[in-house]
Amino acid sequence: MKSFTYERVTTPAEAAAAVAAKPGAKFLAGGTNLLDLMKLQIETPVHLIDIGRIGLDKIEKTANGGVRIGALVRNTDLAADPHIRKDYGILSRALLAGASGQLRNKATTAGNLLQRTRCPYFYDTNQQCNKRVPGSGCAAIAGFSKQLAVIGSSDACIATYPGDMAVAMTALDAVVETINPAGKTRQIPISQFYRLPGKTPHLETNLEKNELITAVVLPAPVGGTHIYHKVRDRASYAFALVSVAAILFKDGSGRIAVGGVAPKPWRVPGAESLLPSGAKAFTAKLMEGARPTKDNEYKLSLVERTIALVLKEGKN
Amino acid sequence: MKFDKPAGQNPIDQLKVVGKPTDRVEGPLKTTGTAKYAYEYNEEVKNPAYGYILGAAIARGTITRIDQTAANAAPGVLSIVTAANAGPLQTGKFYVSRFLAGPQVDHYHQAVAIVVAETFEQARSAAALLKVEYKKQSGSYDLEASKDSAGPPSPGPYTPPAETRTGDFEGAFETAQVKLDQSYSTPDQAHAMMEPHATIAKWDGDKLTCWCTIQQLNWGVRDLAFILGIPKENVRLISAYIGGGFGGKGTVLSDLVAASLASRAVGRPVKLTLQRPLMFNNTIHRPKTIQRIRIGAKSDGTITAIGHESWSGNLPGGMTESTIASTRLLYAGANRLTKLRLAVLHLVEGSAMRAPGEASGMMALEIAMDEMAEKLQMDPVGFRIKNDTQEDPEKPGRMFSTRKLVECLQTGADKFGWEKRNAKPGAIKEGDWLIGMGVASAMRGAPIVKSAARVRLDNSGKITVETDMTDLGTGTYTIIAQTAAEMMGVGIDQVKVKLGDSSFPESSGSGGQLGAASSTSGVYAACMKLREAVANKLDFDAEKAQFSDGRIILGDKSAALSEAAKDGELVVEDEMTYGELSKQFAQDTFGAHFVEVGVNAFTFEIRVRRMLAVCHAGRILNPKAARSQVIGAMTMGVGAALMEEMVVDKRVGFFVNHDLAGYEVPVHADIPHQEVILLEDIDPTMSPMKAKGIGELGIVGVAAAVANAVYNATGIRVRDYPVTLDKLLRAV
Repeated sequence: MKSFTYERVTTPAEAAAAVAAKPGAKFLAGGTNLLDLMKLQIETPVHLIDIGRIGLDKIEKTANGGVRIGALVRNTDLAADPHIRKDYGILSRALLAGASGQLRNKATTAGNLLQRTRCPYFYDTNQQCNKRVPGSGCAAIAGFSKQLAVIGSSDACIATYPGDMAVAMTALDAVVETINPAGKTRQIPISQFYRLPGKTPHLETNLEKNELITAVVLPAPVGGTHIYHKVRDRASYAFALVSVAAILFKDGSGRIAVGGVAPKPWRVPGAESLLPSGAKAFTAKLMEGARPTKDNEYKLSLVERTIALVLKEGKN
Repeated sequence: MKFDKPAGQNPIDQLKVVGKPTDRVEGPLKTTGTAKYAYEYNEEVKNPAYGYILGAAIARGTITRIDQTAANAAPGVLSIVTAANAGPLQTGKFYVSRFLAGPQVDHYHQAVAIVVAETFEQARSAAALLKVEYKKQSGSYDLEASKDSAGPPSPGPYTPPAETRTGDFEGAFETAQVKLDQSYSTPDQAHAMMEPHATIAKWDGDKLTCWCTIQQLNWGVRDLAFILGIPKENVRLISAYIGGGFGGKGTVLSDLVAASLASRAVGRPVKLTLQRPLMFNNTIHRPKTIQRIRIGAKSDGTITAIGHESWSGNLPGGMTESTIASTRLLYAGANRLTKLRLAVLHLVEGSAMRAPGEASGMMALEIAMDEMAEKLQMDPVGFRIKNDTQEDPEKPGRMFSTRKLVECLQTGADKFGWEKRNAKPGAIKEGDWLIGMGVASAMRGAPIVKSAARVRLDNSGKITVETDMTDLGTGTYTIIAQTAAEMMGVGIDQVKVKLGDSSFPESSGSGGQLGAASSTSGVYAACMKLREAVANKLDFDAEKAQFSDGRIILGDKSAALSEAAKDGELVVEDEMTYGELSKQFAQDTFGAHFVEVGVNAFTFEIRVRRMLAVCHAGRILNPKAARSQVIGAMTMGVGAALMEEMVVDKRVGFFVNHDLAGYEVPVHADIPHQEVILLEDIDPTMSPMKAKGIGELGIVGVAAAVANAVYNATGIRVRDYPVTLDKLLRAV
């Protein structure tokens, strides 16, 4: 860990202004990922702005029947919220499939969106990693890649997005709300929030420099059956090999986002019209253009099988 | 006291205290966080500096330059120790690792420098400022690729013969009616104990005291003295509580050496702990094995030929993984072959991990037995029972001291509901889950070694035991207290046990599941001496006197023990040593594991549903502690079966998944229901305690029972551990 300075702010606007005032500064929320990465010198902010006391910790209904989740709502509170459990069950289930109780007590909504990959080469500063050190190369592509991406990856990076919450939010068509140091707010649909690595895998989201996430907005409930199935070798406290977030309707239509396969939660809305034809046809379209390694090609059949299971569960 | 003929009746047989499911005597200290672990001696060591190890960034080569400019100038830095200023260092007598690289780098994350600073954070931060330049050298990291170059391992105290033969294996196998010839592999595994390796080192002149976390203090003193080139008398090690070891803290590793060097360099006590990533590539591990097993049998299931060949790799001079140990003794068969081959690999040292040899070997053998039973169209339990033996199959006439493998299998089958198993794989389904059952035998040697203790009786009638034995969380404090209480006829609350200080008499230490039987026998010997001393002091006939209720009693005469110490504490010391009984008898522990798994028919997720172990392991000194040992070992066996693997990057030469996010061990959700049955056993050939170890028996065979259950559920036979869902998917 490199030495850093620390300050607390009290409002979102102050936070955005504070981060702009100090080059190399970062926001600190739950710290469940950032502090670990700082200890390993993968993240080396010179200044931390603790946003733990700026509010943004409410879950509120929106005028059009949706819900606004404050950036600092803890994962535990979000998963347990009665309204979320009733109308956005997929989100509650995804959260509870992630991390551990202790981590969920600390982790925040915005922090969860921004958690970084678990690629083992990213985590070892002796190894090449274009995400950690742009231009240094990727040790993972020809290395141990069982956990890593099969689609959306590039020759520069095959890291996976590790989270669960954002996979559910992707199926829910969530919108990320932000504020910048000038006080300007904007809304980013989650489908446009994450970037694919291309040649710049160190750029993971479309957040602008110093932009602060203030909330995640979910549209009005769409009903349907909500299923989150996370596949892993260990029964708990492990990252997904593949996870499937599905909202399924009686008429056979639905929405599906997949985790554990790509640098971002993977959803291809154009494939969803194939859902009534079954898992095979849908998955073929969903995973079109996949480029797996020898270590992780199993994920292609695993995605199809998990979706088949989810579709079956949806019918029951 | 020498033990050289089978034990008769003795005070332990009263079983007033021994054999009871006593709670851990140190339990309250642990649950309140007041048991002190190595890193926590804050009152004893004021004003320590902190050391931080920088691990090598390459697997093999030389260090050409270390630029310390920035690190030296960093805040709080007191010293930087490297090979250039550390002085001469030897390697220890057990591990072959060199604990400081330079100029040669032997393995990834070998210590290159120890940065010493005022705070941990400063040391860590400065370590990152060191600029180390290397010249890389190619190395061997791939056991498959190095297999053909592997030669017979050199003989050593922990290495069985490179080849053993009984009868005519090849001929018998060739002509057998039913044959199996299969290869299996087990991966590199980490001990992944909760407490990292940690040391506080403090020099007083030329005397060195280290608060550390090692299992074998007499080895530690020997090794640390030798490595540093100082007299053994000048080294004192304290290791009172250990947060898990599993063989991974046998003796001196890099933390002890680095802390000692760092403390010498700054003239101040130094605290040093290994950061979690270093625990995988810097310490020791259970090495990968490739194993070929051939079994030939008559069509009635009688084994006529059994052959087990095994390959592992290690740093030059390192040990071989003795996978064939159980195969030599477990099943009958007139024609036998075992063979060990050892390749040079430039990965960190492979060494002992819970049931070294047997655990890996039985992962293979017990799948092979399952496969063979299927070929024979026999029940896997019945096939094992048919091939039981009561004598050492390599040395007919040498009997097992006690052996109830058949009862273990039968009892287990009965209690587990084995009759509900369908021999046809994939036949039982519950919803989307395929259900399967698997069985495996378990076997682990029951070594016992000399162990000494000192016992004190004070004028309040309290007994204090002192021995350099260690407690890894296994219950050693408790069983030693039970032993002393039984021997002296006092309640367990009248006994204080002091362990883990090398200034105490030398014990067996903890390892190879010999600690419980050995250390309590040492305490037995010392207590016999104390009984004599009490009797002499109070004028009783030591042979005939009874010790009960805090008193010595003979007929109508009786006196409080405290009377014997009223003029001053009675202090005696003795050790138990052993004759030839272990040559005369095969002394082993036995068991059977039964496992039921569910495998998701869609995703092939594998989930253990229930487990049962039946164990036969001598007198059980404390059923509660023994059960804890067995369920812990069963859990570790599930890890070995389903998830634990240190993945080698064969280009770079290191274990890639070097933290607890990447190296998965079972969590509670993986372990829904475990049962343990301890069969009654008293083995008078072992020691007056008539006890054996059980901590390693519990893991042996578990992984194979899981793998066999997965096969029974799915019809897919995975022979390369761990059995993960991607391997099942590939087989479809």
